[in-house]
Amino acid sequence: MGDVEYLAPRDLKEALKAMEEWKGRAKVIAGGTNLIPYMRAGWISPELIVDFSGFKDLAYIKEGNGAISIGALTTISEVASSETIRNYSPILSSAASHLGNPLCRNRATIGGNLANASPGADMAPPLLALEASVHTERGGEKGREISLHEFFLGPNQTVLEEDEVITEITFPKPKDPATGSQIKFGLRNAEALSIVNIAVMLEMEGKVCRKARVALCPLAPTPIRAYRLEELLEGKRIDEGLLDECAGILKEEITPRRVSIRASAEYRKMLSSILFKRAVQEALKGVKA
Amino acid sequence: MKNHTINLTVNGEEHEILVEPNALLVNVLRDELGLTGTKYGCGTGQCAACTVLVNGESVLSCLTLAVAVDGADIVSIEGVARPDGTLDPVQEAFLDHSAIQCGFCTPAMVMMGRDLLNKNRDPSEPEIREHIKGNLCRCTGYTSIVRAIKSCAQKREPQTE
Repeated sequence: MGDVEYLAPRDLKEALKAMEEWKGRAKVIAGGTNLIPYMRAGWISPELIVDFSGFKDLAYIKEGNGAISIGALTTISEVASSETIRNYSPILSSAASHLGNPLCRNRATIGGNLANASPGADMAPPLLALEASVHTERGGEKGREISLHEFFLGPNQTVLEEDEVITEITFPKPKDPATGSQIKFGLRNAEALSIVNIAVMLEMEGKVCRKARVALCPLAPTPIRAYRLEELLEGKRIDEGLLDECAGILKEEITPRRVSIRASAEYRKMLSSILFKRAVQEALKGVKA
Repeated sequence: MKNHTINLTVNGEEHEILVEPNALLVNVLRDELGLTGTKYGCGTGQCAACTVLVNGESVLSCLTLAVAVDGADIVSIEGVARPDGTLDPVQEAFLDHSAIQCGFCTPAMVMMGRDLLNKNRDPSEPEIREHIKGNLCRCTGYTSIVRAIKSCAQKREPQTE
């Protein structure tokens, strides 16, 4: 790994100040499960690593009146084993339990997964389907609240400024946490970069869909919501015919990379259609009788 | 680079070490402290041969900066047997079940087995397989490893009447 300096700031204020002073030349380390491999591969070479991993007060899962708040430094293991998350957003528990491997999950953080912004970011589909927002802070400037569907710009690119750091992720409590589903399909059971990772959240009134959120990756330069599918589903009775229609349209909504890595674009399109239908059928099982 | 003095408690012993900012925990354990039981496998966090416990949690030491665990309590494979040399039941089980072939994955597998049993004294086979999901073995096909860990499972003590 190349030469780099390291700073373990006493508190968030000191950390943000360092990020501001070294703007563009410093990187945040949280779990380090992406940062270290990237640095060792020579893909990034910051001059300074600012260690946020000690900020235990940024690792929390809180239930508010209308929303769930997760501190950015919460580890993926903590998300996966949280009863609050299981109760209010089982699709998030599910996605968390399939990220990487058990050891990776002990250090990797939910904020880090989003900030890294891999086109296949494991936590992105469920958080998009939950209509999550990202909350940030900066040293000299004000932080902001960013809707997750406006957060990703491209592979490993987000709207974050170079000295801007995610501190919290929030999402409104779903009306029906059980009418959701998350499926990750990879080439192996663990440590798999997904071929397709899909998350669906529905609000049903009998057999009629009142609200649909469908998010997938890595089928485009960023994790995406399938807005056309959501529009098609909303207000309609969900039946085989509608699902087939949506599955057909999904193939046009996604733009998997043409170069076949792990799977061809054609395969990903076919698989997305199948998993979309499966995910909706799974979600419908959660409808209260 | 500006070197940092860090304090690590490793297998119960305190160490004060001067390290470079980019030094990885796996290399500090192996090269500075001579604890070569922890293996450097892939160096990318995918094989888990570098498994150690940091403050009770299993981590990939090849992806951990030594400076980032300053002050931590670390357990490596050398800390699993008792001080008098008596093997941990998990280590005995690996021997009994021929769960070691080349032995490269073994220290990490034993650590993960011990870690699981500390949290769940009667794991099912699927639970064992789930826990060692990140630990790769090229030799055994995992069957003997899972059997070894399973053999250490203890049913709940029967209630005395």
